[in-house]
Amino acid sequence: MATTNNSAAQAGTATKKRGQFKETWRRLKKNRMAMIGLTVVVFLVLISIFADVLFDYDTVVIKQNTQIRLQGPSAEHWLGTDEFGRDILARLVHGSRVSLSVGVVAVSISLVLGGSLGAAAGFYGGTIDNVIMRFMDILLAVPSLLLSITIVSALGPSIINLMLAIAISSLPGYARIVRASVLTVKDQEFVEAAKCIGANNFEIILSHIIPNCMAPIIVQVSLKVASAILSTSGLSFLGLGVKAPTPEWGAMLSGGRAYLRNAPHLTIFPGIAIIITILSLNLLGDGLRDALDPKLKK
Amino acid sequence: MAENKKDLILDIKDLVIHYETDDGTVEAVNGLDIQLEYGKTLGLVGETGSGKTTTALSILRLVPDPPGVIKNGSITLDGKDILNLPQKDLESIRGNLVSMIFQDPMTSLNPVLTVGEQIAEVIGLHENISEKEAADKAGQMLEVVGIPKERYGEYPHQFSGGMKQRVVIAMALACNPKLLIADEPTTALDVTIQAQVLETMKELREKFGSAMIMITHDLGIIAEVCDEVSVVYAGQIVEHGTLEDVFERTLHPYTEGLFGSLPNIEERRHRLQPIPGLMPDPTDLPKGCCFAPRCKYCTEACTKARPEMKWVSDTHYVRCSRYDEPGFKIERSVQ
Amino acid sequence: MSDTILEVKHLKKYFNTPKGTLHAVDDVSFTLERGKTLGIVGESGCGKSTTGRAILRLIEPTAGEVIFNGEDITKKNKEQMRLLRREMQLIFQDPYASLDPRKTVSEIIGEPLKLQKLIPDAKKRAERVHELMEVVGLADRLINTYPHELDGGRRQRIGIARALAMEPKLIICDEPVSALDVSIQAQILNLMQDLQEQMGLTYIFITHDLSVVNHFANDIAVMYLGQLIEKAPSVTLFDNPVHPYTKALLSAIPVPSLRKKRQRVMLKGEISSPINPKPGCRFAVRCPYATDRCRTEEPKLVEIEKDHFVACHLTEK
Repeated sequence: MATTNNSAAQAGTATKKRGQFKETWRRLKKNRMAMIGLTVVVFLVLISIFADVLFDYDTVVIKQNTQIRLQGPSAEHWLGTDEFGRDILARLVHGSRVSLSVGVVAVSISLVLGGSLGAAAGFYGGTIDNVIMRFMDILLAVPSLLLSITIVSALGPSIINLMLAIAISSLPGYARIVRASVLTVKDQEFVEAAKCIGANNFEIILSHIIPNCMAPIIVQVSLKVASAILSTSGLSFLGLGVKAPTPEWGAMLSGGRAYLRNAPHLTIFPGIAIIITILSLNLLGDGLRDALDPKLKK
Repeated sequence: MAENKKDLILDIKDLVIHYETDDGTVEAVNGLDIQLEYGKTLGLVGETGSGKTTTALSILRLVPDPPGVIKNGSITLDGKDILNLPQKDLESIRGNLVSMIFQDPMTSLNPVLTVGEQIAEVIGLHENISEKEAADKAGQMLEVVGIPKERYGEYPHQFSGGMKQRVVIAMALACNPKLLIADEPTTALDVTIQAQVLETMKELREKFGSAMIMITHDLGIIAEVCDEVSVVYAGQIVEHGTLEDVFERTLHPYTEGLFGSLPNIEERRHRLQPIPGLMPDPTDLPKGCCFAPRCKYCTEACTKARPEMKWVSDTHYVRCSRYDEPGFKIERSVQ
Repeated sequence: MSDTILEVKHLKKYFNTPKGTLHAVDDVSFTLERGKTLGIVGESGCGKSTTGRAILRLIEPTAGEVIFNGEDITKKNKEQMRLLRREMQLIFQDPYASLDPRKTVSEIIGEPLKLQKLIPDAKKRAERVHELMEVVGLADRLINTYPHELDGGRRQRIGIARALAMEPKLIICDEPVSALDVSIQAQILNLMQDLQEQMGLTYIFITHDLSVVNHFANDIAVMYLGQLIEKAPSVTLFDNPVHPYTKALLSAIPVPSLRKKRQRVMLKGEISSPINPKPGCRFAVRCPYATDRCRTEEPKLVEIEKDHFVACHLTEK
């Protein structure tokens, strides 16, 4: 892992995988906006990992203290306190755990499921395509929030069910995007070339089709993590997500709306947290898409 | 060379066009001269990236700007200074005085208009006549290029490739231009169809008396339709002359290389003599002769300075420093 | 007969389209000797590429046999086919589309070796990739570049190296030079010729450019609308074309010379549709000599002189 090896020309096949990763990283580093996004995302992840170190859950995050309710930002409580006198910063920090994990897990589930379904539909076409895509159309016909609400109310509110609900409601999006990109890639000659050297369908999909479909998928993922966080917030807002007193950004946002006039910081700060997360994920996603494309080298 | 300028439809002098991009300056055209008389046909031969299409676009002032910048030179078309003409005048020239046929007939027609309407539109734009008259004339133009008038109301997708290219030719000729620029007009077509289209073009040229610039990479097509040939390499004309000059009294080593690269129908199973190496990178052209790195006759002097134009007869010139030496000859000979 | 590497018998490929059955390849038969080159010539839509792909079973033939080294490959299962792929390869027309833009040169050339587990060891595979690059004339420093950074000629060399990686016996070349510039075309043609001599390769050379095959092929087969209409040694075909279509095709080539002008046989009309073809000779609509018999009865491919086959009623007097 020599740090200065620009003349990768001599590198043999053995070191190539790492070389490619390094190459991507090198290109990503040149994209300033993406690096800002990455820094923020890493920062958020670290915060959620070390949330317990920063603020004690039982004594700070959920313990009510009506004497200091609805205070504005101060030296003691940087972002003020909420209607039960809990520190908003501490709740935001612990809330990031829920929001981020729901976002990541829900997106992973729908990416893997929706992606495979879409890839199969696009690659094999015909009846398989029809069956899968018509099923996706049915899912798509129901507004996604309504679908999530239905699923959560059927399964009962819990974080896992919340993730599942969000994942299922965003399945069709992935399936459609992956299918469309597979369709454009699969008729290219290099796929035929792979067939010609004896690759089977699985090998072709894995090593030629998926890598060439990455761009729209990455963008979709970065957008969808954001929208999953929003959906979580939305569902929590409706009381179907995370139950009180567990802190969650959306729930905090909805809890604060009654005090919007006298204590706007109750809604502003969770709102800002959501915005920053989404924005940085989008920046990172855009940068990654470009960095992964060897055609945009330099 | 310094002939009477009055009978020139097109006079391009020392044209320099660069594309200025983030990755560097692409020197597409580097001091190119073309003199074309009324009614004559000039062939521009060259490979991908030699600057032939850029030159053609510059005659219509259609070089995309940015990144294209015309750095130097003058273009005089039918007595008009093209590079200093206001936009409005240019629009009336395009399609009227000069028109262009592009390589791909599939993309140069509008899929939602009938072919007749498209031809009539061109006529309507440039001639002050009623819609009905324009439509009549469009119908006639279809007949001229060998398509029955009855197909006036059909859409481009109902035509085959060769037929579409005929429609494009009809559009180009609709306003009886004095100069027709054809950029690889038959490359996308099959051989037998190509033969038909070329035949049509030849007939029409006679009939309308237009001058023509035929851009192609195919020396066979040049031999068939052109009066004069200019061989383009790295944005410069390296050899120019009449058909006989260039084909039978070849001077430039690149021209020789092009002939050597062609599989010859008459000589079976002889080994091809390709030009070694690649076209020079247009963002980083050699200091001396651009062909020097690939040239088997290259000397020290060739790598130092760009060769000057050297007239060997009234019609024939070459850009090669080796001809400064008395008695220098290339190997090619036409039996 | 003992040295026949490939025998194609009554190969057919039909596609079902909304307008009817498209006869892309209709009853094509030929044999090919080891170490020789067969040129398949025709205009777009004549089924020449489909023929090539059907022989390799990249497209499943509708009917017919493809006998490669004495075995009918149309009856092989997937695993057997995978092994057979080592023996027969394809070089593609478009050096831009046929290389995966996300893979480096060494990955592309090494892929067949890795996939077929011929050289599982990465180091040895890298050596072999080096060797192949040298064979096709690619500089070592290009090993980790991506295809889009290279010009058409070099890309085509990568395609050739990939095809050669498994040391095949038969290579089908689908218009390998038509996307290249003239001077590069000649470089690639010479390379392919050298490789054939060095490795004893057998080529099927699919092209629309008769002058290229003439230069290259021992035998030439002319196709029209899915059918083989004339096949002969290239010398015979060029000196003595018999089928009216072959004559027209030959005369339509623009000759880059001012002296040797051929008499033009100008064809009327354009290639008709291969969907639900009418009975009779498929060329009859455009043929200047067509008779009533041509329009009703399909001509058979007959040997008019040694090794010279023609499908035309006019030859059977």
